[in-house]
Amino acid sequence: MSMYTRAYKAAVAVPPLLWVVVFLLLPYSILFCYSFWSVSPLQVIVHSWNFDNYRELLHNPIYALVLFRSMRIATTVTLLALALGYPLAYCLSFFATKRKDLLYQLVIIPLWVSYLVRGYAWKTILGSDGVLNGFLQYFHLTRHPVEFFLYSPFAVILTLTHIYTPFTFLPIYASLEHIPRNLVEASHDLGASPFKTFWRVVFPLSIPGVLAGATFAFVLTLGDFLAPLLVGGPSGIMISNIVVSLFGAAYNWPLGAAISLCMLLLVVGLLTAVERLEKKLSYS
Amino acid sequence: MTSADTNGRKVAPWLAAYSAMVYAFLYLPILVLVIYSFNGQGIGGFPPRGWTLNWYSILFADAGLWSTVLNSLLVAIAGVGISIGLGLPAALALDRTGFPGKAIFRRIVLLPLILPGIITGLSLLMFFVAAGMKLSLRTIVLGHGTALISVATTEIFAGLQKLDRAQEEASLDLGANHWKTFCRVTLPNLRVSIIAAALLIFTLSMDEIAVSFFLIGRENTLPLEIWSRLRRGITPELNAISTLILLFSIALIVLWYRLRTRTERGSQTAPALTPAGM
Repeated sequence: MSMYTRAYKAAVAVPPLLWVVVFLLLPYSILFCYSFWSVSPLQVIVHSWNFDNYRELLHNPIYALVLFRSMRIATTVTLLALALGYPLAYCLSFFATKRKDLLYQLVIIPLWVSYLVRGYAWKTILGSDGVLNGFLQYFHLTRHPVEFFLYSPFAVILTLTHIYTPFTFLPIYASLEHIPRNLVEASHDLGASPFKTFWRVVFPLSIPGVLAGATFAFVLTLGDFLAPLLVGGPSGIMISNIVVSLFGAAYNWPLGAAISLCMLLLVVGLLTAVERLEKKLSYS
Repeated sequence: MTSADTNGRKVAPWLAAYSAMVYAFLYLPILVLVIYSFNGQGIGGFPPRGWTLNWYSILFADAGLWSTVLNSLLVAIAGVGISIGLGLPAALALDRTGFPGKAIFRRIVLLPLILPGIITGLSLLMFFVAAGMKLSLRTIVLGHGTALISVATTEIFAGLQKLDRAQEEASLDLGANHWKTFCRVTLPNLRVSIIAAALLIFTLSMDEIAVSFFLIGRENTLPLEIWSRLRRGITPELNAISTLILLFSIALIVLWYRLRTRTERGSQTAPALTPAGM
């Protein structure tokens, strides 16, 4: 690309690079440093380098417990979001003709519209005085309010599935749209049933989209702390909530930093693994 | 998107029904929220009775809330400025140039997109503390700007991909330097992408909680104000403001989408609206 002089390259690459180094890499490095410090009994952060925080994470079972619960919730949400998003994407991509654009817009609107609004909606619906219980009692399906709807892992999973289904839909739809239709036609012409065509032709080609959507849903659910605070209650606490309290009332920034760093490494590791997997499974 | 897509096949009834159910799942809670913002009896119970605009009139009289709306607007506008101001050159760098470490550059710029907001927020908090900066709307602006550069880069990159290089080459051949070519040829062609990116970033900034949560000073943004009120208890006034936010966001998103697909005219496939397309 001799069209672009070194001056051009510098002009476009340096400013964002500089900003990102100062406001992303530097903060992450400080996060790294904090995780090796500790907090004194006088609530002062002591810059003494040690592994105490990591030892605490390994020895105190509560952290592993909450982490595994978070991963279970994240896995459930991801699977549900895929189960909802994939058929919708398939239906839209292959069978929607006249109103395809409108239907597509209808999916992305919830995606970009306020997380808080949607979480709040579920909070008002699932409560014991909420709309759902009111509905069930009005139609005499139940006599007393059902308690576990709200302030439970169930509520967290429901809310997060609602939030992340459009997230899985998008990349799956994009990859389905990229599949050349003549491949599908050829498969039909050669006598394959619709299911066989789907399983042998369509699905393998959509795997990159599925992986992208699943990664998004899983990673963002794992790090979520808002839904548990809104609808999770004590039994719905996730790993990020522990971090939030360590930066709040529990005041142990170094420990919180240690957990955050672990999450960061986990996410980066997962992304790298998915990328490798995608290269292996990709057909293009 | 031609009608040859379906090859004349009809959709299986179960698939159509299932898809309709998914749409219902996505929209029902929102619908309930909106309906109950007019409910005379407040937020719970069934069925809704007593249509009223009471909650909206309470909302409009709530000066404290509207000052946070103003804060959010200011933060969003500043955030758009930073994100696009840095996302545009980043997109150009990724689309056109090769340099050592480009892959790492791309990864770092896009990282906030997939990293849970809490990590970005906390890191910036510790950074500001270390730098001796007080938490305020300014720190929130820096946080939003940083987190949303990735969105700007993705959007503008997609727009650059659709651009016709030949025009730029012609301009350079005819003697214009890079800057002039950029101003007179590239930028006008990117205008739609940039506006679309701005709309999206604006919407995301207005709703941002995860990063803002840790960078808040004395002045609240709208989502954080709603959040703190939520902790004290649900009121129907919150339904009213949520409905307004909804309408506002929907308008912006539809506008963004229309602009986005305008750049896709002539192409057979729908725009890939996630980094999976990069």
